[in-house]
Amino acid sequence: MINHRMLHRRKSSLGNKVFVFLNTIFMVLFVIITLYPVWNTLVLAFNDGTDALRGGLYLWPRKWTLQNYITVLHKKNLLVGAYITVARTVIGTLTALAANALLAYIVSRKRFIFKRQLSLFWVITMYVNGGMIPVFLLYKGLGLTNSFLVYIIPGMVGAFNMMVIRTYMVGIPDSLEESAQLDGAGDLVIFTKIISPLCKPVYATIALFCAVGHWNSWFDAMLYNRMNSNLTTLQYELMKLLSSVSNQSNSVESMKNAVAAVTPTSVRSAATILTMLPIVCLYPFLQRYFVTGLTIGGVKG
Amino acid sequence: MASIGKVKKERINWKEIKKQKVLLLLSAGYVIYGFIFCYLPLAGWLMAFENYKPKAGFFHSEFIGLGKFRQLFLDDGFIRVIRNTLAMGVINLVTTMVAAIVFAILLNEVKSQGGKKVVQTISYLPHFLSWIIVTGILHDALSGTGIVNDLLVRFHLLMEPLNFFAYPKYFWWIVAFANVWKETGWNAIIYLASITAIDTALYEAAAIDGAGRWARIKYITLPGIKPTIIILLLMNAGNVLNAGFEVQYLLGNGLVQSVSQTIDIYVLKWGISQGDYSLGTAAGIFKSVVSITIILIANEMAKRAGEERLF
Repeated sequence: MINHRMLHRRKSSLGNKVFVFLNTIFMVLFVIITLYPVWNTLVLAFNDGTDALRGGLYLWPRKWTLQNYITVLHKKNLLVGAYITVARTVIGTLTALAANALLAYIVSRKRFIFKRQLSLFWVITMYVNGGMIPVFLLYKGLGLTNSFLVYIIPGMVGAFNMMVIRTYMVGIPDSLEESAQLDGAGDLVIFTKIISPLCKPVYATIALFCAVGHWNSWFDAMLYNRMNSNLTTLQYELMKLLSSVSNQSNSVESMKNAVAAVTPTSVRSAATILTMLPIVCLYPFLQRYFVTGLTIGGVKG
Repeated sequence: MASIGKVKKERINWKEIKKQKVLLLLSAGYVIYGFIFCYLPLAGWLMAFENYKPKAGFFHSEFIGLGKFRQLFLDDGFIRVIRNTLAMGVINLVTTMVAAIVFAILLNEVKSQGGKKVVQTISYLPHFLSWIIVTGILHDALSGTGIVNDLLVRFHLLMEPLNFFAYPKYFWWIVAFANVWKETGWNAIIYLASITAIDTALYEAAAIDGAGRWARIKYITLPGIKPTIIILLLMNAGNVLNAGFEVQYLLGNGLVQSVSQTIDIYVLKWGISQGDYSLGTAAGIFKSVVSITIILIANEMAKRAGEERLF
């Protein structure tokens, strides 16, 4: 038996080697294509803006400078955007996590009489929604436009996130809850003291989803809070930088900046790096969580 | 009474309700919240059948029936917008799924655990970057002085730098590439998980029978992840019309308008910027109805084929 297997292994060893070789090349190319654009942005961000206009900057900065970062940190609207973005990410993530977890707790209780109806009520919202215009008018009517709350309240409960948590909670043995009930614990105690501590992995997943969503959002800032520059977000400011770059790369404005050794492109590169930094530093450590969270939610949900 | 309630399976009685009052009170809060933010906007669909004037308001605007829908379908621009949305939705759906499946299968074949881990961690990175950043990078890379043009000219594949964003024929494929670049690693997570769930005994038996790598991929791995592929295809099919906003909005420009505008951009342009709320709502309704129809058809097809279904 073993000899038989070894024979085959020897026979196919050439084909095997070719496969391993090609596969390794594929993986290396994949990594290069994924990382290079980010690396190149980093190079541009550390290079003198005027010098970069000569082109040919690919792997390493030619003329090192921190001027791009200094310029970014002196832009008032970017700082306001950073402040608002951090605030909405922290507050928005915490409230959304609490709201989704509590709802997931309710619909995952087997004893709850309306669990099916309440689940359905939320699942429908995944497929049917009013659309941009009615939602816009609703927020306007509720006084949510021109307000920080528009970043927090409407997106607080999300059916998909809730279902992921629910699926996880369903897997927790009922006996834990039952013994707590015998000790006289009410629902809020069971939720906070018994169930939630066991849900850390899925909570981490959902928190990451929400945090990334908040950190990267710009459309709500543009649509609802365009008039109020004190409520702008980081990504929206970055977008304005981007459109100014593509519109005036050769205009008088860029010439004027070029004298100061920074160009719209170099400033935007620095802003891009600063914006992606927190997430890039954080996500590798949360990998374990989001992989399990996504697998549970995706396969069963 | 209590025993009858039990037999009838409908356990709704006062004793139960009293016992569950905390859950019920909390539920009521969620129903009110959901009603306001998810269901109330549906009432706004009424606007599509009116000539809505903000001054007259919801109840006193002139009712015009299907007039706005007629206006939509008589507009060549809207027909083009439907074509763009569908085309980019389908291209993105196919390219991102194929890329993720291929990547997952090949990554699974990497024997070095450390190498696998590093590649996988790197593969998630683009998912966490915003579309603003991704489209910004793409603008740089594809610009006249960008690296793509530089390489193409250097290897004599192009005589002179080409502004890719100026030609409608490239736009859909740039969008597809952007989606593949951003989401391949992330989407592969689920396929990798389902590959891991395949019984390893199958691979050992195949190896004994002399099956090479390709044969094992073709006859064991692919059939093994087929249910996952179908479920994700179903879930994504319903999103085909949703897949077109941020990228197209950020990458589009005047020169490629005819192929870059999607239904959502149309709604934004006519509804919000031009203030024709009724027309924008009508276009939104059209999108919702088509989306739900696609989901139901896909679900039915899966049912007929004896595959897993969404509901």
